[in-house]
Amino acid sequence: MKANIRPEFSPNFIIAAVCVAAFAWPDLVFAAEQAGQAAAEAPAPRPTRADYPVIAGVSARTLAWGLAQMHLYLAAFVLAVPLFSIGTEFLGVVTKDERYDVMSREFMKITMAAYSLTALVGGALTLALFVFYPHLMGYMLKVFRGQMLIYALLFGLELITLYLYYYSWDALRYGNRKWYHMSIGLVLNTVGLTLMFVANAWAAFMMSPAGVAADGAVTGTVWEATRNPLWNPLNLHRFLANIAYGGAIVGGYAAYMFLSEKDPNSKAHYDWMGYTSNFIAIAGFLPLPFAGYWLMAEVYAYSQQMGITAMGGVLAWLFIIQAVLIGTIMLAANYYLWCGLMRTERGSKYAPYVKYIAAVIVGGFLVWVTPHSLILTPAEVQVLGGSHHKLLGPLGIMPAKNIAVNLMLVFTFLSFQMFYRSSRIPTVQWAKAGNMVIVALYVVGCLNIIGAGIYGYFTPTVYKVGASVPQVVTTLSIIIFAVAIDVFMLRGAKTVTVHWGRMSERSQYALFVLPIAFTWLMGLMGYIRSSLRTHWHVYTVMRDNSSEAYIPTIGQAGNTITAITLAFMAVMVFVFWLSRLGTTKQADPHKQVEAGGAVT
Amino acid sequence: MTFLRVMAFSIAVLLSFTFFANILPQVQSDPPSQEEEPTGTLDMAGFVAYGEKLFSGKGTCTLCHNDLGRAPNLLKLDLAKTFTSRLADPRYAGKAKILQGVEAIEEYVRELLLQPSAYVVSGFGKKGTNDKVSPMPKVDAAPIELSAVQTSALIAFLQSKAGLEPSVAIPSSAEAGKEKAVEDDEKSSEEEDGPAKTAVAALEKFGCAACHDLEGSKADAGPKLNGIANRMGRDKIIEAILKPNTVIAKGFEADMMPQDFGEQMRVSELNLVVDYLVKMKN
Repeated sequence: MKANIRPEFSPNFIIAAVCVAAFAWPDLVFAAEQAGQAAAEAPAPRPTRADYPVIAGVSARTLAWGLAQMHLYLAAFVLAVPLFSIGTEFLGVVTKDERYDVMSREFMKITMAAYSLTALVGGALTLALFVFYPHLMGYMLKVFRGQMLIYALLFGLELITLYLYYYSWDALRYGNRKWYHMSIGLVLNTVGLTLMFVANAWAAFMMSPAGVAADGAVTGTVWEATRNPLWNPLNLHRFLANIAYGGAIVGGYAAYMFLSEKDPNSKAHYDWMGYTSNFIAIAGFLPLPFAGYWLMAEVYAYSQQMGITAMGGVLAWLFIIQAVLIGTIMLAANYYLWCGLMRTERGSKYAPYVKYIAAVIVGGFLVWVTPHSLILTPAEVQVLGGSHHKLLGPLGIMPAKNIAVNLMLVFTFLSFQMFYRSSRIPTVQWAKAGNMVIVALYVVGCLNIIGAGIYGYFTPTVYKVGASVPQVVTTLSIIIFAVAIDVFMLRGAKTVTVHWGRMSERSQYALFVLPIAFTWLMGLMGYIRSSLRTHWHVYTVMRDNSSEAYIPTIGQAGNTITAITLAFMAVMVFVFWLSRLGTTKQADPHKQVEAGGAVT
Repeated sequence: MTFLRVMAFSIAVLLSFTFFANILPQVQSDPPSQEEEPTGTLDMAGFVAYGEKLFSGKGTCTLCHNDLGRAPNLLKLDLAKTFTSRLADPRYAGKAKILQGVEAIEEYVRELLLQPSAYVVSGFGKKGTNDKVSPMPKVDAAPIELSAVQTSALIAFLQSKAGLEPSVAIPSSAEAGKEKAVEDDEKSSEEEDGPAKTAVAALEKFGCAACHDLEGSKADAGPKLNGIANRMGRDKIIEAILKPNTVIAKGFEADMMPQDFGEQMRVSELNLVVDYLVKMKN
């Protein structure tokens, strides 16, 4: 066994080391000359408005925005799917359940066409940036030097390993060969993640530049610019978000197939695929708010002004839309899980609890969308005595929202646990005691979340974020300990048949809500992240002097995000259609004639 | 049929998010406009008032110096006592230590603004620095970028707030004017005003009716804009605004119209003007 495992890690380690070395020290590959050195010491360019090309009235920012967001959607999808594809493939090997392998391959199948589209849109984005923002791109090239070329090389490597991974599936399916196949998958994911980390370094550098002087002159190495203050928080946030996003999109595909198929076996397969995708989406989504906290904490640590712009300034209202979107995702995911209880005979045992979970989720959602300051007419302000409502006002600040979001996460996990348990009856002697411990875990955990939230009301603002840490730890503890207890308690449990395919059509629409809301949410978050730079291309270093150096209104941004999302939906419909077209076989008309009788 | 149902449902969900985004307060955040520096004869009261304006405006001081606890609330503190006690703090080792009276306060406040980490009030340092590094940005650096005159005005305001007679020198009109000229030269491309919100405002802002006959202006230095939609399509109108010399209307000469509307106008303004003109059939 050892002999089989060893070769998998060596090539991955080497490739990872080469990738890290290449993007950290591209000067090793692309040696900087004296002239280049002098250019690097020059300050960042200060283009005037006349330096920004105006071409046929095209809004350069909207074009770059649209292409960047589309590229990000596609890239997030194609980077995420291999991540959980290899996970399910590994699960297939461990459990010896062929269904995992079939599903894993299907995951990959539906992403194949998306790869070339990602490259195509990426190319269009690069062109648009160089045409409309030549000074910015020139400066970014100066800072990151050969790293951008390494990025292009990595993209090529990504495509090669992707094709190898997908097309060698049947050739390397069993025994030791399966391990070689998974090794290719690991290389694919290593390269994919490195690509994402490199691109994140550029985006994060524009927000929190490092390795440059106050006037923008390049003073540090490429690695210093790469390892800027917001790089790692952004890496973690995007890594988790990609998994959630990829899962949601594949779930949408499975739901559509479930509705389209008539064959009960196919329906069962797509129902199972939908459930697994929803599980992946929510598993990626649950820790996401915590990654978001870290990102925002680092934003504040880097620049309080930037943090306040996001949370208390012109962008504050966007977090109300974010709450609506996340609340929608939570409600849809939970609704789907509750419907799933009908797949087993024991599911009805848990049905009475659904209304309580629903109350917590809806209640949390309402608290989250409650704004601190209300939109009021002057007369209404006079009647109310201010812009904050006496009772609802306190629900608009962070402590209340922290309680709400943590309870929503805990109860979403509970929905999962209920479904999981609906098909298993524990047989261990300590089952009753174990259940009591789990109940105590939930009760004490929820009380701690509420208590820490109330404490947040009595601390200065600067400590409010700190007060959320125990809440986050509590939520994660509930999830981790409940899973650990279940693993031991349900070992050797009596299983109850799960009737895959026994789902209402309505439940599948919940799976369509997830990708739509996730896509829109990603667009919104992209808008917020970019807007944090306000009127700077590179924050405090290179000013945006174009005519579009303003933060658009929420409405304008919303309309743009919707347009991009619609375009992305059209692309995904095309991608899914292509993946089905690849497996569609036309019936041989000659054979049909023979089977149907002679034509004379 | 399934496909259509799914698409209709998805688009309805999408539109509901869009609708929500459009009913919230709509605020467009423009780049900070150039803070006009006083260039004429100025007395100290005017200079202090200018500093107060900077405190809540370009200086962005109130973002953190408020009741929320991120930084001491300078508007509520007894600054006379506070400044004195901080100068006496053994942790303070700045240049003001060797000065006396109002000069010491001036130097301390200047240091506070230009080198915030020289002295960090206990509990307000960056996390993990043991109050050695201040989270406050230097006011003369990006993104705040106060000029020397503006920094002095801010000091005058804070001294006045502490009940002291401001000790900073009032800039001479030549000094302030010179600084402004340099800044204007450096940032000539920045917006002085916000973008026009309506087509009429945009047309007025760029003075179109001064040369063109528009809505009864009867001006004849340029071709009539009334009825322009009968003569030109959208693309041609955009071209005529951005590159007016490309096609010269009969009876008019080149270079009559400004060549830099592409630089002056925001895209939103250009769109407003063009949307307005393409409807002008009469």
